[in-house]
Amino acid sequence: MSDIMADENDGVRLTETQRRRRRSRSIAIALVLAGLVVLFYVVTIVKLGPGIMNRPM
Amino acid sequence: MSDVGSINERYETGEGVGDASVGDFWALLKPRVMSLVIFTALVGLVLAPGDLHPVLAITALMCIAIGAGASGALNMWYDADIDAMMSRTAKRPVPAGRVTPGEALGFGLMLSAGSVLILGLFVDWLAASLLAFTIFFYAVVYTMWLKRSTPQNIVIGGAAGALPPVIAWAAVTGRVDLAPLSLFLLIFLWTPPHFWALAVLKTRDYARAGVPMLPVVAGERTTRWQILLYSALLVPAGVLPAACGIAGIPYVIVSLVLGLAFVWFAVAIVRAVDQPALAKACGRLFGYSILYLFAMFAMLLVERAAGVAPLPALIGG
Repeated sequence: MSDIMADENDGVRLTETQRRRRRSRSIAIALVLAGLVVLFYVVTIVKLGPGIMNRPM
Repeated sequence: MSDVGSINERYETGEGVGDASVGDFWALLKPRVMSLVIFTALVGLVLAPGDLHPVLAITALMCIAIGAGASGALNMWYDADIDAMMSRTAKRPVPAGRVTPGEALGFGLMLSAGSVLILGLFVDWLAASLLAFTIFFYAVVYTMWLKRSTPQNIVIGGAAGALPPVIAWAAVTGRVDLAPLSLFLLIFLWTPPHFWALAVLKTRDYARAGVPMLPVVAGERTTRWQILLYSALLVPAGVLPAACGIAGIPYVIVSLVLGLAFVWFAVAIVRAVDQPALAKACGRLFGYSILYLFAMFAMLLVERAAGVAPLPALIGG
């Protein structure tokens, strides 16, 4: 048990700069993903048009 | 600055993972090259006959830009060893140690696959295939093979940078015609004098890195004449878009004037009497070449915006 805790304590410790950069990378990835969601939504509307709801049951 | 050994070491140990900022990943995309790609592709989109929904046109442009950026990232991943040895490239994210080679490789592959798939699924599969070919040609044929093996590296490799307007044309029309190929030829012939002017300025760097650029392998004299040769070929190539029916008389006049000015700058390189004069002439041609390509493509856009009628196509009409 104590060995496991020691291992956990020996894990990677990020510096303040690394933490800040990781946060900015995470935000950038989130923005890209949100952009892709919007793109997929808009392109679906553009390509299917009014027929988007018109599908055989 | 880091050397080859430490780059490989980081690759194996994973050291440096997580050090990169968003700006470092942005730099991997070679944003300045990307801006030229976006601009030439935009011209291809605008000139192509047919209608493409604005959303799909923006999507196509974005995919072409990201595909080009992805090939830049793959280039920086593979070339990190020689980039580290050259003053112009030593501060790039991978040789500087801010991005690990593995991160650059993963980033490049992910963006390549994403841009090709989105272009294919949303716009056109021929355009997507051309984009995939462009990325392959730049990352594998040019970067991994030609760049380190032949002084004709940038002549042949220039095909990758010349394809964006063709991809854009295919995105609108679903085919490849002679007209976009005339734009391809323009960029293709423009590339050697543009890069050789830079290579003359950076000959020592390239020699130290073992990159067989023309000035390193064939010498300065040959390079000067080759710059002049390709510059002279640019003059008729510049008029070709008009012969293919996508440009009018104003473009022809501007292209001739700009093309002859290009030759004039190249003649100054041939006639340079000493090293300072040669460096000055090469610096001038390098700067002018960027302005030249921008102005030529801008003229095509201006003509279209102003409603100038293109000349009847003499070839490929």
